[in-house]
Amino acid sequence: MIELFRPGIVVKPYERLNAEQLTWLDQASLSILEDPGIWCYNERAATLLKEHGARVWEEDGSGAPCWRVSFQSGLIKEAVAQAPSRFVLGARIPENRLLIDAEIPRVYFGTGSEANIWLDAEMEDFVSKTNSDVEVKVPRYTEQRGSTALLSRAAHLCDKLEHLDFFIRPLNIQDPEITSDNHDVNKFFASLNNITKHVQAGLTSLSSLGDVIKMAQIIAGGQEALRDNPVVSFIACIFKSPLQIVDDTAAKVFAIVEAGLPLVISSSPQGGSSAHIQEAGMVAQINAEILAGIALTQMIRPGAPVLYGSVPVRARLDDLHDLYGCPEFNQYNIDCVQLARYYNIPCYSTAGVGDAKVPGMQALYEKLFTHLYMAMSGAQYIHYAFGLLDRTNTFCPVQAVLDNEQIGHIKHCLQAPKVDREEIEDTLKTVKKVMASSHRLFARFARKAMHRGDISAPYRFETKKLEDRVIENALIYMQQLEAQPADHLNPEIQEKILKEIPGILPSLAQPSTAG
Amino acid sequence: MTAHELLEKIAFNVIQGRVEAEDEGFDEGLEGQPGVTELVNDALAQGLEPKEIVLKGLTTSMEAVGEKFERNEYLIPDMLASAECVGVAMDILSPHLMKAGVEGKGKFVIATVAGDLHDIGKNIVAIMLKGAGYQVIDLGTDISVERITAAVKENQAPFLGLSALLTTTMRVMEEVIQQLKEEGIRDRVKVLIGGAPTSIEFAQEIGADAYCKDAFQAINLLKTTVT
Repeated sequence: MIELFRPGIVVKPYERLNAEQLTWLDQASLSILEDPGIWCYNERAATLLKEHGARVWEEDGSGAPCWRVSFQSGLIKEAVAQAPSRFVLGARIPENRLLIDAEIPRVYFGTGSEANIWLDAEMEDFVSKTNSDVEVKVPRYTEQRGSTALLSRAAHLCDKLEHLDFFIRPLNIQDPEITSDNHDVNKFFASLNNITKHVQAGLTSLSSLGDVIKMAQIIAGGQEALRDNPVVSFIACIFKSPLQIVDDTAAKVFAIVEAGLPLVISSSPQGGSSAHIQEAGMVAQINAEILAGIALTQMIRPGAPVLYGSVPVRARLDDLHDLYGCPEFNQYNIDCVQLARYYNIPCYSTAGVGDAKVPGMQALYEKLFTHLYMAMSGAQYIHYAFGLLDRTNTFCPVQAVLDNEQIGHIKHCLQAPKVDREEIEDTLKTVKKVMASSHRLFARFARKAMHRGDISAPYRFETKKLEDRVIENALIYMQQLEAQPADHLNPEIQEKILKEIPGILPSLAQPSTAG
Repeated sequence: MTAHELLEKIAFNVIQGRVEAEDEGFDEGLEGQPGVTELVNDALAQGLEPKEIVLKGLTTSMEAVGEKFERNEYLIPDMLASAECVGVAMDILSPHLMKAGVEGKGKFVIATVAGDLHDIGKNIVAIMLKGAGYQVIDLGTDISVERITAAVKENQAPFLGLSALLTTTMRVMEEVIQQLKEEGIRDRVKVLIGGAPTSIEFAQEIGADAYCKDAFQAINLLKTTVT
C-alpha cells in the first residue's frame, strides 16, 4: 500500500476471550441491536437505516424527534463487512504516515482528549526546617487554561517525542478570540503547523468541516493528494450510551464519510452508570454501539475508512466519575480489541489515563498498568497515551515526556523475539569463543546487538544517588526537546491557508521552518 | 603495506575492538579484514620494532578509546573489546619485548578472595589493566590468603588487586593484608581493593592503599596516586 510509514510495534496479541466467548459477545451485541434496538435522534440516519432494511418507527415521549431502530443481525454483519481492514492515516512527511491494518497488530501510540487545563511544572528549592544544610528540589505545578499558543507548543513537543506516533489535539483552545465558528480551523492549524505526524480531532462545528478539509488539501497538495495522504482524520462519538445516536454527531458522520476522510466511530459507556459494570454486559453494549455506528458509515459510503473506537470505562463507586487505572478498564478494553479483530476492523483503543493530578508515583502506576497491557493487546491505535492527568482533564507536557520514555521501553519489551537460525549459529560460535578466552566474559560480544539498537538504554531519568530526581531530569530533557526548532509548514503554504481560510488567528503563523 | 600503514591499521583495529579477522568492529562491514592478531604478527614478520608497535599501534589508540568512552561515544563493551585487542597484542609481543630488554608497567596480581566465586568485576579490571600495559597475573576466584601472598612474593609484584562481592567474604581482604605484613612484604606491594560491598572507608579500615569503584578508577589510580 505504502512503503514509508512509522514502524510502530508489531506484537503477538495477548487475548482474554476464547473463541466461544467472542461468539457469545458478538451474538449478545446483535441481539441488543435487534431488541431493544437503538434510539436514533437523527432523522437522516433513521431514514438511511430504514432504506437498508432496518425496522424503524417513531418513538414517542423522548422530548425530541426520535426513531427506534431494530436491526436484523444479517444487516449489521453485511454492512460492517464492507469496512476496509487496511488504510493509511497520512502525515506531512511520508515516514510519519501510519499503516493501519486490522490483520496486523501493529501498535501506534498517541495523545488524546481535549483537556481544558495545561499543567506547567518547575523545580523549586526547599530547605529543611530541622537542618538548614539540607536542601531539596521539589516540583511545583501551576495550571493554565488551554490556548492556541499552548496547543502549538504541545504539537511541537509531541513532534520531538520519538515514541509518539500520532497527535490528537490534547488541549482545548480557550483564547478570547476563539468562538465555536473558528474553533476547528484554529485547532487544526495550530496542530498541523507544528507537527509532522498524523493529526486527528473531533469536529466542534459541522459548518467548519469544509474549511478544515480545504486546509488539509492545501497541505497535502490537492483533493486527490489528500485522499491518498489524509493528513487529518476525525473522531465522532456518535453514540450517547446507552444506545442513543446523537443528532448533531450523526450529521458530522455523514459529512466526514461523504468527504472520504478517515473517521473513528467511538463509544465510551461507563460501567456502573451508562452500561453494565460487569465485563460481559459492558462489552456487549459498547460493541453493539460501535457496530451500529460502523454500519451507518458503510451505508453512507461503502468502503469508508473507519476505526473501531472503543473507550469503555468503569465508574468509581464513590462518586461515579470515570476510573481509568483499574483492572476492569483493561479487561473491557482488551475484549474490545479482540472483537475489532474478530470483525477485521482496525481498533482505536485507550491507555495511559489515571486519576493522578500530578506526575509521580500514582501517575506512573496508573499509566504503566494500561500502557503495557493495552500494547500487549495489539490494538492498532492507542490514544490518551501521552501527558494526560486528572483523568482526561489536564495535559501536562512533562508527563508526556515521562510517558514517551515509558512507551519507548514498552515498545522495546514487546519486540518480536530475535530467535532464528542465524542468531542461534552466532550464539553457538560466541559461546565457544568466550569459553576459550581467559576471562570468559561476554561483554565484547554485546557490541553487535548494542550498535544495531537491540539493547535498551537505562531509564533516561534515573538518579544514581539516594534521591528521586525523575521529574527534574524529565524537565531538563523537555527543555532540550523544546529548544529544537519546530518543523513548521512552508511559509507559502501558511500564507495560502491564512488567506483562503477565514478565522485563523494571525499569531499562529510562524516565520520559518526547521528545514 | 608500509610500516606506517601497518601501525595505523593496528591502531585503527584497536579502536574498532577487533581482535581477529572474523570480529565485527564498532563500524559496520569490517568482518573478514585482518584484526589486531593478524596485523601484529604481520608487523613482527616485517621486522617492525616491538616497542614501536606498542607505542604507535597500541598505546595511542587505547588513549583514543578512553577519550571516546569519556565522551559517551563508547560503552563498556567497546572499551573491553579494545582492551582485549591490546591484551592479545601484548601476549604476542611480550617475549619480543623481554628479549629487547623493554620493561612493562609492572606485574599486577589479581584475585577474588577465598569463599567468593564472583569474577565479572575482577575480570573486567584484569582485561583493562592488561590493555593498559600491566602484566596481569590473574589467580582466579576463591583464592586463599596463602596463595595470594605467595603469588605476590614469587612474582615480586608491586601491585595486588583484591575483589569480593559478598559482605561475608570482604573481610578476607583484611586477612590478606595482615598476612602480607606478617611476611614482611606489605611495604613492597600496593593493595587495591574493589567490589560492590567495599568502599573507601572499608579500604581505610583494613589498611588497603586504595579503593577502586571500577576498572577505570583502578587505571587512573595506578597512573597517579598509587605509583
